[in-house]
Amino acid sequence: MDITNEEYVEGPVEKTTTGKAVREKSEIQKAVDAKHAGRKLTEAVLFTLFRIAAAICGLALLIIVFFMIKNGWSAITWEFLTEVPRDSMTKGGILPCIVGTIALSFGAILIALPIGVASAIYLNEYAKPGRILRIIRLSINNLAGVPSVVFGLFGLAFFVIYLDMGVSLAAGALTLGALSLPVIIGATEEALKSVPDTYREASLGLGATKWQTIYRVVLPAALPGVLTGSILGISRAAGETAPIMFTAAVFYSPDLPSSVFDEIMALPYHIYVLATAGTYIDQTRPLQYGTALVLITLVLGMNLIAIIWRGRLRRKLNK
Amino acid sequence: MANKRNTTEKTMRAFFFSVATASIAILFMIMLFLFMEGIPIFKEVSVSDFIFGKYWYPTSDPADFGIFPLILASLAVTALSSAIAIPLGVMTAVYLAELASRRVAEIVKPLVELLAALPSVVIGFFGMVIVAPFLQEVFNLPTGLNMFNAALMLAFMSIPTITSISEDAIYSVPTALKEGSMALGATHWETLLRVILPASISGIATGVILGMSRAIGETMVVLMVAGGATMIPGSIFDPVRPMPASIAAEMAEAPFRGDHYYALFATGIVLFLFTLLFNIIADQIAHRYRQVGEASL
Repeated sequence: MDITNEEYVEGPVEKTTTGKAVREKSEIQKAVDAKHAGRKLTEAVLFTLFRIAAAICGLALLIIVFFMIKNGWSAITWEFLTEVPRDSMTKGGILPCIVGTIALSFGAILIALPIGVASAIYLNEYAKPGRILRIIRLSINNLAGVPSVVFGLFGLAFFVIYLDMGVSLAAGALTLGALSLPVIIGATEEALKSVPDTYREASLGLGATKWQTIYRVVLPAALPGVLTGSILGISRAAGETAPIMFTAAVFYSPDLPSSVFDEIMALPYHIYVLATAGTYIDQTRPLQYGTALVLITLVLGMNLIAIIWRGRLRRKLNK
Repeated sequence: MANKRNTTEKTMRAFFFSVATASIAILFMIMLFLFMEGIPIFKEVSVSDFIFGKYWYPTSDPADFGIFPLILASLAVTALSSAIAIPLGVMTAVYLAELASRRVAEIVKPLVELLAALPSVVIGFFGMVIVAPFLQEVFNLPTGLNMFNAALMLAFMSIPTITSISEDAIYSVPTALKEGSMALGATHWETLLRVILPASISGIATGVILGMSRAIGETMVVLMVAGGATMIPGSIFDPVRPMPASIAAEMAEAPFRGDHYYALFATGIVLFLFTLLFNIIADQIAHRYRQVGEASL
C-alpha cells in the first residue's frame, strides 16, 4: 500500500498548466516530497519500535525457559523424579510433589469439567439474550478475575473449616475446580460456537428435539474443542500456588497421599517453600531449578498440545 | 410420545440453567465467606482506621491493623507494571494484527500465549534468582527484591491479556475503514493512529483493565519478589508488601480466628473489591462502546 512520490499529488500542484507554474510546481513538489519523506520516516521509526516491542514480548518466555533449562537440567535424574525428599529436602527427589500436583489438577478438572460444559451448553444453546444471561456472564467474568489468593481464602474458610475437610487433597481440588471453571466455560463455548448452525438445523429439521440435537450432533462435533479446553484447565490448575497454600499443600509429607483427605505436597508450593522458607536456600538451589523445570515442562507441554490441536481444529473448520 | 419428549426437553433445559447458575453461586459464596471471616476485625478497629491506618504490626502488642501501606503498595506496583505492560502489550498487538507476516505472527502469537500459561511461582522464582541479583548489581541497590522488580515481572504476566484482547479488537476493525484512509493518502502509520486505534479503543481499554486486574491480584510474584517491607514506598527501588503478599505470607502464622486472621480476611475483601471494580469497568466498556460497524464511529 505504499504511495510513491510520482503518484503523490496535493492541492495546488494539480491545477498548474503554464510554464511558470511548472517551475512553481517543482518547488512545491520539493516541499511535498520533504514532508512526505518525513511522514515515511516517522512511520519507519515507529514501526521499528513496534517490532522491538513484539520481539521483547516473544523473547520473554524463551528467556525464562532458557534459564530454567540451563540451571535445572543437571538436577533432572531418574532418582529426582522417582524418590521422596531426604535430609530436610536437601537431597532426594520430588515424586510426592509430582503425584500431588497431578492428583490436584485432575481432581479439579473432575469437578470443573461437568459444571463448565453444562454451563456453556446453557449459555450457547439455550439462553436467550436478556438480563439473566447478562448476570451469568458478568459472574463468570468476575469469577475469572478473582485473585488466586482470594480463592485460597475462600477454600480455607469454606472447604477446610466450614465443611471440615481439613487441609487436604479434596479441599485443594475443589478450590482449584472453582478457579478453573471460567477457563472450561470459555473454551467449551468457543467449541460450541464453532459448530456450524446448519448441523443444528439439519437435526431439528429431521424432527429431533433440542436436547437430542445437542447430545447427538452438537456435542460430538464440539468434543475436540472441549478436550482442548480441559487440557488448558488442567494446566492452569497445576501451576497455581496461592489457592493451595492454605487448603491442600504442606511443606513436607513423608508418604504419598492414600486418601482424598490427606495433606499433599505439590510442585508449585515446593518451589516456593524451597526458594523462600527453607533453611538451606542456597544448598537446595539446584533442586529448586529442577522442580521449576519439571513444572514448566508439564504446564507448557500441555498448553503446547492444546494450542497445536486448536490450530488444527480451526483450519479443519475453515475448509 | 410427544408429551414425554416435551417433558425431557423441559427437564434438560431446567437442568442446564441450574448448572449455569453455579458461577453466580460460587461468586456469592466467595463474597459470603470473605465477609463472614473478615467482618469481625471491625469490632477491634473502625473501617476507616483499617483502610487508612499507616501501621501494619499485626503481631505486636497492642497490634496495629492499618492496611494503608499494603493498599498503596498494591496500587503502586500495579501502576508501575501497567506503565511497562501497556505500551509493550498494545504495540505487540498492533504488530501482530497489522505488521507481522503470517509466518512470523504464527510464531510470536503462541509465544505470548504461552507466557500467560507460565505458572506465577516460576515467574516469581525467575525474578528472585535471576532478575534480583542483576538489578542489585546494575543499580547498586541494597536489595534486588523491590517494587521495580515485582512490577517488571507482573508486567510480563499482564502483557498476554492486554495483547490478545487488543489484537482481537484491532483485527476486527472493518477493512473498508482502513482502505478508505489509505486511499485518501494517509500513510499506514497515520491510518493506524487516526483510524484503526480510535476504532478499536474500547477493546484495547478492556484488555488494559483486565491486565491491570490480573496484576493487582497476582500473589506469588509479589510474595517472592516485592521485598515484603510494610512501609509506604519512597522510591521504585524500595521493598514493598502488596495486599496479596501479606495475606499469603501471614495466613499460616495467624492464630485461627484471632484478630490477625480476621484482618487478613478483611484485606482479602479489599483486594476482592478492587478486582471486582476493575472487572465491572472492563465489562461496561466492552458492552457500551462495542464497535458494531462503520456507522457507530
